[in-house]
Amino acid sequence: MKRPTLLFRKKTPEAPVDIEQAALRSDRFRLKREGEWKRLEEIVRRMESGRLRGIADEELLELPALYRTAASSLAVARETSLDAATLAYLEALVQRAWYQVYGPRIGFIAWLRRFFGGGWSAAVRAIWLEICIALAAMLAGGVVGWLLVDSDERWFYSLVGGGMAGGRAPGAPVEVLRQSLEGQDHAGGLSAFAAFLFSNNAGVAILAFALGFAFGIPSLLLLIQNIALLGAMLWVFHDAGLAMEFAAWLSVHGTTELFAILLAGAAGLHIGRSMAFPGDRSIMAAAARSGQRAAVVMLGVVVMLIVAALLEGYVRQLVAAAQLRFAIGGAMLAFWLAYFFLFRGRAQGDAR
Amino acid sequence: MTAAARREARLQRKRREMVTPEGIALPITLASRSTRFGALLIDLIIIFAVNIGLSILLRSFALAVFAETGLANRAAVLEFLQVVMILVSFVLLNGYFMFFELGPRGATLGKRLTGIRIAARDGGRLSAEAVIARNLLRDIELFLPLGLVVVWSIMTMMGEGMGSALLAATIWFLVFALFPFFNRDRLRAGDLIAGTWVVEAPKRKLAEAMSLGEGSRGRSVTTGAHYRFGDEELAVYGEYELQTLERVLRENKPDALVTVAETICAKIGWESGVGDERAFLEAFYAQLRARLERDMRFGKRKADKHS
Repeated sequence: MKRPTLLFRKKTPEAPVDIEQAALRSDRFRLKREGEWKRLEEIVRRMESGRLRGIADEELLELPALYRTAASSLAVARETSLDAATLAYLEALVQRAWYQVYGPRIGFIAWLRRFFGGGWSAAVRAIWLEICIALAAMLAGGVVGWLLVDSDERWFYSLVGGGMAGGRAPGAPVEVLRQSLEGQDHAGGLSAFAAFLFSNNAGVAILAFALGFAFGIPSLLLLIQNIALLGAMLWVFHDAGLAMEFAAWLSVHGTTELFAILLAGAAGLHIGRSMAFPGDRSIMAAAARSGQRAAVVMLGVVVMLIVAALLEGYVRQLVAAAQLRFAIGGAMLAFWLAYFFLFRGRAQGDAR
Repeated sequence: MTAAARREARLQRKRREMVTPEGIALPITLASRSTRFGALLIDLIIIFAVNIGLSILLRSFALAVFAETGLANRAAVLEFLQVVMILVSFVLLNGYFMFFELGPRGATLGKRLTGIRIAARDGGRLSAEAVIARNLLRDIELFLPLGLVVVWSIMTMMGEGMGSALLAATIWFLVFALFPFFNRDRLRAGDLIAGTWVVEAPKRKLAEAMSLGEGSRGRSVTTGAHYRFGDEELAVYGEYELQTLERVLRENKPDALVTVAETICAKIGWESGVGDERAFLEAFYAQLRARLERDMRFGKRKADKHS
C-alpha cells in the first residue's frame, strides 16, 4: 500500500549516480551520456503521441542535435561496450528518433492541399509520354471497334456484353436508340445510380493502373478493349443516323471519365515501363519511384471519377439538348487540360 | 542443428540493416506476416464499427427529423443519406490508413497495438507519396477482389452461373494475398510499389547500469568475501555467455542464479558455496566484461566460448 499524500506533485528526479562509482569504463561512458538520451526519449515520446503543441521550440530545435549525439553514442558503444541491454535501448532509441527526424513532414490535410495546389498536375505532366502512348492505344481501340462492327455486325455482340448493351444493338429501332439518349426531368433515383457508376468506373480505372505491374501490357489491352466497345457502340448509333446525339450524350461525363481512364492506364504504363527499363537503378528502386508518382496521379483519377459519376448521374440525365451537352463536356475537357498543363501552382518536391 | 541455433537462424532471416543518412547502420526487424494480418484485422474491425455507428447515428437523426417535421419527401431524403453513407464509407476505408500512416507513428491503430510500423526501404524519408501509394494498392490487393469474391459467390449460390468469374477473382485475390510469402522482405504489392516495408517498432526502457554495486568490485556485502578471478578463469567465456549472464542477473530469479553459479564454478574449477550466488555472479560478470571490453578496444573479440 502506498502511503496517502495530500498533494500531487512532480516526481522527484532520481538522484544522479556518482559516475566514478561505476567499476567499468563502458558504464562510466554510459552514465555520462544517459541524461541526454533520456531527454531525447522524452521529446520523441511526446512527438509520437502527436502533441506537438506540448513541445517547446527549443526542444524541437534540439531534436536533431540530440539525435546525432545518441547516434554517435550508439556507434561508440558498439565498439566499446558489451552491455546488451544498453545497446538494445540505444538502438531502439536512435531508431525511434530517426523516424521522427526523417518522418513525413506533413500531415494528411496539408498534403491534400499541396496535392490540389499543384502536386497533382505536376505528376500528370511528369508522365506525359505514357499519356501519349495510352491516348494512341485508346484511339486505335476506338477505330478498331468501329471497323470490326462495320465489317461484320456480329462483332458487336462479342465486344459488348449483353448487360451493357441494354437494347442498343445493331439494327435496333431508331426510336429505342433515341430514347436511351434522352434525359429525365427529375432527379429521383439518380443519386444511387451515380454512386453505382462511380464504383463501376473506379474498378476499371484501378484495374488499368494495377495491371501496369505486368510491364504495362495488360493496361494497354484493357484500354484498347474498353474503347473498342465505345467504337462499336458509336457505329450502331451512326448506323441509325444518331452519331451526333450519341457523341453529345457521351461527352457530358465522357470527357472527364475517359480522361480519367486514360490517366489511370498511363499511370499503370508508367510503372510497367520503369520496371522494364529501370535505367541504372535496381528494378525495385525504379518501381518504388514510379509507383509513388503514379499513386499521385491515381488519387487524382479517383477524384475525376467522382466528378464524372456526378455528371453522368445528374447532369446528363437532366440536360437533354445536344448543344448544351456538348458545351458541358467541352468545358470539362478544357478545364482538365488547363488544370493539368497550364496550371503550375506550387508543386514542391512532387515532380521528381 | 539445435533448437536454439534454429531460432537464431530464423531471427537472422528477419533482421535487416538500414543505413541512416548519418551512415549509422541500424538493425531493424521485419514484422512477421501474422502480426501484420492481426493488425489489418484490428483496423478493419475499427473501420467497420465506425461505419455501423455512423449509419445508425445518421438514420436515427433522420427519423427524429421526420417525426418532428412530418416531411413528405422521405424516400428522397433516405436515398440522399444512402449516397452520403456510400461516400463516407469510401472515404473512411481509404482515408483511415493514409491518415494514420502519415502521422508521427507511421502506423494505423492496429499496427500500434501490435507494435509495428511502416518505414522507407532505402533508409530515407518516408514520403507522403509512398504512404498514399501503398494504400491505394490496398484497394486492388484486398478490397476489390474480396468484394468481387463475396458478390460473385452469392450470385453463384443463387444459380446465376458466375463460376468462372468467381474463380478469376479468387485467383486475383490469392496472388496478392500470398505475395508477401514469395519475397525475402515480406513486401506486399503496395510495399513494392511504394518503396516501403513493415518493421517492428521496438520501445525499450533504459535498464540499470551493471557495475554500480559493491558486488561488481568483487566484494560481497553479505559475507564480506572478496571474489577475484584470474586470467585463465575469465578466458573460458565469450560475449555470448557474458550477455546470457547479464540477462540472468537482470531477471534476478533465485534458482536461475544458483544454477548459473554452479555451472560457472564447475567450468572454472571453483568450489560452489551456497547463499552468496548473486555477489559471486556480479563479481564474475564485472570482471569478465572488463576483460572482454579491454580486448575489444584492442580490436580482439571473442564471440563465445568456442572461439
